Amino acid sequence: MRKTGGVRTPHRKATSDSKGAQMTTPPEVILPMDMHRGKPAKCLVSVGDYVKVGQKIGEADGESSAHIHSSVSGTVKRIDAVNPATGGAQTRVVIESDGLQTFDETLAPPVVETLEQFLAAVKASGVVGLGGGAAPAGPKLTLRDPSKIDYLIVNGAECEPYMTSDTRTMIDDSELLWDGVRAIKRFLGIKNIVLAIEKNKPEPIRIMREYAAKEPIASVFVLPTLYPQGARLTLVYKVTGRIVPEGKRPGDAGCVVINCSTLASIMRYIKTGVPMVATRVTVDGSAVKNPQNVLVPLGAPIADVLEFCGGLKTDAAKIITGGPMMGKAVPDLSAPIVKSTGTLLALSEKEARLPEPSPCIMCGRCIANCPMKLMPVEIQNAYLSGKTERLRALKPGMCVECGCCSFTCPAGRPLTQYVKLAKTQLREKEASR
Amino acid sequence: MKLLTVSPAPHIHGKATTSGIMRDVLIALAPAAVASAVIFGLRALLVIAVCVASSVVFEWGYEKLTKRDNTVRDMSACVTGVLLAYNLPVTIPLWQAVVGSAVAIILVKQLFGGIGRNFANPAITARIFMALAFAGTMSNFTYDAVTSATPLVYLQNGAFSFSYSVRDLFLGTHAGVLGETCAVALIIGFVYLLIRRVISWETSVVYVVVVFALSAAFGWDPVRSILSGGLMLGAIFMATDYVTAPMTFWGRVIFGAGCGVLTVIIRRYGSYPEGVSFSILLMNILTPYINKLTMSRPFGGART
Repeated sequence: MRKTGGVRTPHRKATSDSKGAQMTTPPEVILPMDMHRGKPAKCLVSVGDYVKVGQKIGEADGESSAHIHSSVSGTVKRIDAVNPATGGAQTRVVIESDGLQTFDETLAPPVVETLEQFLAAVKASGVVGLGGGAAPAGPKLTLRDPSKIDYLIVNGAECEPYMTSDTRTMIDDSELLWDGVRAIKRFLGIKNIVLAIEKNKPEPIRIMREYAAKEPIASVFVLPTLYPQGARLTLVYKVTGRIVPEGKRPGDAGCVVINCSTLASIMRYIKTGVPMVATRVTVDGSAVKNPQNVLVPLGAPIADVLEFCGGLKTDAAKIITGGPMMGKAVPDLSAPIVKSTGTLLALSEKEARLPEPSPCIMCGRCIANCPMKLMPVEIQNAYLSGKTERLRALKPGMCVECGCCSFTCPAGRPLTQYVKLAKTQLREKEASR
Repeated sequence: MKLLTVSPAPHIHGKATTSGIMRDVLIALAPAAVASAVIFGLRALLVIAVCVASSVVFEWGYEKLTKRDNTVRDMSACVTGVLLAYNLPVTIPLWQAVVGSAVAIILVKQLFGGIGRNFANPAITARIFMALAFAGTMSNFTYDAVTSATPLVYLQNGAFSFSYSVRDLFLGTHAGVLGETCAVALIIGFVYLLIRRVISWETSVVYVVVVFALSAAFGWDPVRSILSGGLMLGAIFMATDYVTAPMTFWGRVIFGAGCGVLTVIIRRYGSYPEGVSFSILLMNILTPYINKLTMSRPFGGART
């Protein structure tokens, strides 16, 4: 077995049997024009406009951008220019729902017979990387030289604790997912297709194996249950033995990695003509009354989603979008669910309690467990003492921010945060040179 | 509603804590404490208790005096106290043990900034100080109420095989300092530390293997050589001290090998019978450089 760093996190996948209830339409949705990595979309609507479900309200600004579609039918109530939580500039379209969920009647399944049509459909779907990266799906599947790509790795690792939305995709949307696999085989001509799933998901593994048996070039790769198997560089190495060189992408090692829910969402558009207007969210944590998977209209405020799940218990202390290892703690429950929000956690005071930092005892656990083989403690020391040359040699820029170093530190030091700070500082210094 | 907590990821933490690690080390040290009481009598436990109590008091008092955060609860001072006691003969006057604790905790640990900051192992440095300052009492080894030389002295004089059987060395039923004699008890502790993933095997194993090989090269009985003196205690519990030993795999291999070479050289050529303490202290000094030399190469990263 190819060895990588990583830590044994708790699993807490209590919602894996929850199929996903359709959330009631919220009274209003907030759709930021930058709910993806890359350039924000250009807003196409004005205050007072009536929009329907699936109607394009934001136009992708170039290749590294994604379309935004309305998730409700209703009236554009306001267009905010500022994100109230961060104070940063952000165009947010606020739509008041009329509760009718009238679909845009111009929506129709696209004709997909050629590679160009397939890529156009990927772009039109508005789908972004749902593994958390939120990068528009189009550029990833636009291969410069398909003959150099040996592997398509469909990422079903789902290594973050609590999260089960990918598990549900592999169980409930298995047909869509495999339509996607077959489309990629047909249009991109990739030789090997591997579904990578962590060992702790026997049901998805069984179902995916049934499909793979019918597809000669496809196989299922069972990953050990060790966070972060789903990190793409770790995943590429585990599945193929190839190491993606520093600063390169999986494509440079002949691999394309796509999250299973991303692929299923693309196919949902190709099948139905309805672009991405909702996402499956695992709502969990000990401060949620009814933990479950929920199909959430994009832009639904976090408060409404929590309300749909029975509301918060009184001891709620921390709300997180994303998993507990990499997710963001949100200061404000009016923030919207965006395309890549696969998990929404409400942690109780007890669950959210982190140790007070104490002096480093130089045990080396952060080094031994780093999947990128970095030296977090040395990066921390170089950062704190302002040694730029040393910092550069330690390559904090390669950090994938998985959180293993902080998780494993017996002294409770926020090492991941130091590495992020070091990364930013170094980038700024490089820029000013 | 109450205010929400906002902090950077990750939002959960593993089970490891500094005090948990120290507790594991204390558990691993326990078999040797039992062995010392059996071999040397109950005074052994008194010496251990005095060292632990005085170490904790010095740690608490110094931090109180200098208005620093109190770290007594992390139990690292307890570990230092036990390790110091294990390096003392059972006959040691108790006031000398207290002086040793003061050297370990105040001079070697606290003056350099407390836990995690000391470059030298406190217990080892204190042992060396005491061996020089209290030369007489520190080399007064009694076993079975008879004052005798330790196996190492016999080893160096070439008369080894006449005095102690391998079985005696293994069980520790011979003269020596409190914690070093019973190899079985120390190895049980080693296995426990490995299972609990407190330490990794490389430092200790490389250290012992190098001493074994070089002893054979010098014509000594290699089995008796690795079972004599403070080697097992040093290799398992002192050379593996996080703070004063390297953090990388290859760093630990180099550290263990360096300790092994220096130990045998001192045993062979030095005027002291034992070289374990000196060799670990010397390698402690090199640790920052070994860390730098064995910097891990990032996954897919170009060499720098």
